[in-house]
Amino acid sequence: MLKRSHFIALGLVALLTLILLNLPSRTSARLKSAISGLFLPMFGLAGATQKVSGHAGDAVVPKKVLLAENNALQDENEQLRVQLTRATEIGRENERLRQLLGWQQHTQWKLKLANVVTRDPANWWRTIEVDLGSRDGLRENLPVLSPDGNLIGRISSVSLTRSQIVLLGDPNCKVSGLVQDDARDMGIVAAGGPFDGSFITMSYLSSSANVKSGQNVVTSGMGDIFPKGIPIGQIVDSRQVEFGLYTEARIKLAANLSSLEEVWVMFP
Amino acid sequence: MNPYQSLLILVTAYLLVFLESSFQGVRHLLGAQVNLLPALMVYASLSTGLFTIILLAGLGGLWVDSLSANPLGVTMLPLFVVGLLIYRRRNLILRDQLFAQIVLGLVASAIVPVGALLLVLSCGQKPLLGLGTTWQFVVTVIGGGIATPLLFKLFGFFDDSLSYRRTSESSFRPDREIRRGRS
Repeated sequence: MLKRSHFIALGLVALLTLILLNLPSRTSARLKSAISGLFLPMFGLAGATQKVSGHAGDAVVPKKVLLAENNALQDENEQLRVQLTRATEIGRENERLRQLLGWQQHTQWKLKLANVVTRDPANWWRTIEVDLGSRDGLRENLPVLSPDGNLIGRISSVSLTRSQIVLLGDPNCKVSGLVQDDARDMGIVAAGGPFDGSFITMSYLSSSANVKSGQNVVTSGMGDIFPKGIPIGQIVDSRQVEFGLYTEARIKLAANLSSLEEVWVMFP
Repeated sequence: MNPYQSLLILVTAYLLVFLESSFQGVRHLLGAQVNLLPALMVYASLSTGLFTIILLAGLGGLWVDSLSANPLGVTMLPLFVVGLLIYRRRNLILRDQLFAQIVLGLVASAIVPVGALLLVLSCGQKPLLGLGTTWQFVVTVIGGGIATPLLFKLFGFFDDSLSYRRTSESSFRPDREIRRGRS
């Protein structure tokens, strides 16, 4: 039998849980942000430690290695400059042609670099937090890319100094995807399995879709969140589901979600 | 009970939550993150009072949920229920036995995520569940089971460092001294 004091304690905790679970989402988000703010000193400390160890690591790299790396980067820089000049010219031409045809102009997207500070401690969510918030201009539903430009997810909530990003593979992150084949098949990229984060599922491809292993999947631009053409991954295999009603494909993500340290946030 | 013990438990909870969200070694290696708060709750419920259990469940639960996509408050109730169940039976539990510590750690680490997950589902959320969840559950439970005796050792060390040393009792009793010679 429970003692009276145990009953009271259990009742109090249950009541507090009920109150917290029934708070309006805005209030709950603010409260969460305030509580997680208690960890800011620890994140600051961890960041500083990482920086110091990084500097210490830089100091012991031999000059020969640095010079070789510098030469390689200069070569790459020159090649990229040439490519950029060509791309800018093609972009201008594209804009002119769009104007002539009366098509809508493309929105110019800007990028902002953010550092990953935490990962969801619960195994049933796939989210990360970054060190930029509403004071840096971030808002909900902005697309987020890996450092090499592949899609990793979208911003799900924003506080003053930090933002939560829901990653591809989480049930709350669904993206309209386009297979880069002749038929330009479209489907919904949704959650994968809970164990291996590098594979996700693309559902609702038409039953006649002839998707093959190795084909690239990019964002389709539908849904007003993700701009068109951001790489998502490559098709691994496909199968007919729901008695042949539609095709489902397994996708290997282009970005490695388990080793993210920095991410790009896209601004319109 | 050492007056610093409650504070030490809460500071440890804070550090454990920070470590769980910042360091991903176990997740990279085994595909699941270990939750160490149930193991800490086992220690707290066997060593401290009800007030500390309430504080640990309340603050620890809120800290975990604030860094997670969980609705705020879902971890608090399962943590407290585990703490209360152990606290009620603590006179019957051999707290210094390694086997008892491991079993309690395993059970607590099994109850807390299941309870939290049920609350998440009852809130209408759709968490990432599948066959792999079973493996993640096994990793969490075994991790908690291993961590519990380690936490007992750690707090035992703190307890020895922060409290007065026990005086070694001598078997000599003056009232039982055999006095020789003539009186």
